[in-house]
Amino acid sequence: MFSNLFTPEVVAEAWEIVKTQFPLAFWETFYVTVVATGISIIIGLPLGVLLVAGEKNGVFPLPKAFMAVLNVVINLLRSVPFLILMIMVFPLTRVIVGTSVGTVASIVPLVIAAFPFVARLVESSLREVSPNIIEMAQSSGASPFQIISKVMIPESVPSLISNFTIAITTILGYTAMSGIIGGGGLGKIAINYGYYRYKYLVMLLAVILLIAMVQGFQSFGTYLAIKMDKRLKNK
Amino acid sequence: MIEIKNLTKEFQTLDGKVTALKDISLTVPDGDIYGIIGMSGAGKSTLVRCINMLEKPTQGTVEIDGVDLGTLSEKELREVRHNITMIFQSFNLLMQRTCIRNVTFPLELEGMKRADAMKRAMELLEIVGLQDKANSYPAQLSGGQQQRVAIARALATNPKVLLCDEATSALDPNTTNSILDLIRDINEKMGITVIIITHQMNVVENICKHVAIIEKGEIVERGEVGAVFSHPKSTAAKHLVFPEGDPGAVIVTEPGETLIRVVYNGAMAAGQPMVSRLAMEKGIEANIAYASLRELDGRAYGSMLLGIRGGKEKLEEAIEFLTRTEDIIVEEVNQNVQ
Ligand SMILES: Nc1ncnc2c1ncn2[C@@H]1O[C@H](COP(=O)(O)OP(=O)(O)O)[C@@H](O)[C@H]1O
Ligand SMILES: [Mg+2]
Repeated sequence: MFSNLFTPEVVAEAWEIVKTQFPLAFWETFYVTVVATGISIIIGLPLGVLLVAGEKNGVFPLPKAFMAVLNVVINLLRSVPFLILMIMVFPLTRVIVGTSVGTVASIVPLVIAAFPFVARLVESSLREVSPNIIEMAQSSGASPFQIISKVMIPESVPSLISNFTIAITTILGYTAMSGIIGGGGLGKIAINYGYYRYKYLVMLLAVILLIAMVQGFQSFGTYLAIKMDKRLKNK
Repeated sequence: MIEIKNLTKEFQTLDGKVTALKDISLTVPDGDIYGIIGMSGAGKSTLVRCINMLEKPTQGTVEIDGVDLGTLSEKELREVRHNITMIFQSFNLLMQRTCIRNVTFPLELEGMKRADAMKRAMELLEIVGLQDKANSYPAQLSGGQQQRVAIARALATNPKVLLCDEATSALDPNTTNSILDLIRDINEKMGITVIIITHQMNVVENICKHVAIIEKGEIVERGEVGAVFSHPKSTAAKHLVFPEGDPGAVIVTEPGETLIRVVYNGAMAAGQPMVSRLAMEKGIEANIAYASLRELDGRAYGSMLLGIRGGKEKLEEAIEFLTRTEDIIVEEVNQNVQ
């Protein structure tokens, strides 16, 4: 099926599609990814904080039942495959966005799939903060809120950035999938041309662009995490 | 004044109940440097954590200037903790903050304005000799320098009590001494009461006025450092003073020698000259069978076992000569003890 991938006509046709459709698709993928990640962090960060601070030996112990419910909800949402989750939240999407198809509509399922994941990532970052540092803050007379805002979060910034980078690349992958049922962007192009119209070259180019975006986000995230980390000497 | 009365602390663990502290009573006078020494696991850290109520005592009370901390609310306790600050073995600096912002940390907690806090922090960095490191990050500092920043941070809120939990245990001997000098300085100049938790004998000797020896959650001996270390009574104290083992076990006496124990209780003399003076002035030969002497502020503490030759007469002469020096106690050792 790839034998006639590079015939002049195929290349010319693909080039035409790249020129006319790729810029918008690229932008859609980019902004859906960034917006969905942003909202996921806004929801996931406080939840991650609760997961750590609300524990029995945490800085702000919460009722056991509350913690159990929180954990179960997060685990449930994380165990539903994204494709199915997307279909399941159609009604919710319609309520929030007014429609369940289209680029903007795809942000809703992306956020619902990603925020529990982000909460777990935040949880793991905050757990890296040494108990000795927390003890120092407590012995200095810090309140639970001050410990969270002045110690736990600032001390784990490099780790949080690394984990948010994992989140954004994962969400980018999900946006490609959302192309199957109405989402826009590069995923939609790859499926429309590659799967429905057998234009493999276009699909290949869309995939290459997606890989480049993942690389871009990853490199930028890694750079930022290292730049922000004051524990690293000789910089 | 810190008054700990009948403090007991138990932990519930999966393996059952652990009694970390048993009926501890301790009074630390204002302005003192009080050492609490004991082996790892003795309960020292639990004791300091009870002093600032990070651990709630199972029984007993901790009073600071007459206020029973057990009766205070969490909010009131946080206020108290600005007054009883702490330094640690692992320094516990915020690694993502510069040194000066580490020092401003407790001031921020109190809600002090940024500019005022920075000014105060700079003064404190000057006190600990690190004003030129204000904008460095902790990772760029040596262990000793990090501990100095931690001390500056602990002093920021003008505390009355400084708790030091193994504060020099991660440092080399020279750095340890310079940190101890700094703590002594702070104690003298600012009148801050210092509680030193350590497992190192030399730290207590170097800096403390009083010492309590803690073993398996109990205080087995306490008093002035010189007195405790020159006359160790408990097994734990003897282990600390004679880390090489019970002196009785290593003593070699020659036939015809009588053994005497010379206890230095802050005498202005070191061991060696005493023995040579005994030989030169009295013509008495003394064989040093064992010596564990330490110098504190130019005074000698500890004890020495001397084998004296020449029968009863020489022995009495030697005892009379030695006891003439102030702060030296001499006693004949029952040979059977060996
Ligand atoms: N949170 C805790 N839970 C259970 N046991 C504890 C806890 N903290 C301390 N202990 C126990 O109390 C004893 C004293 O510990 P600690 O005060 O840390 O000793 P030290 O500081 O003298 O080395 C140890 O046996 C330790 O295992
Ligand atoms: Mg300890």
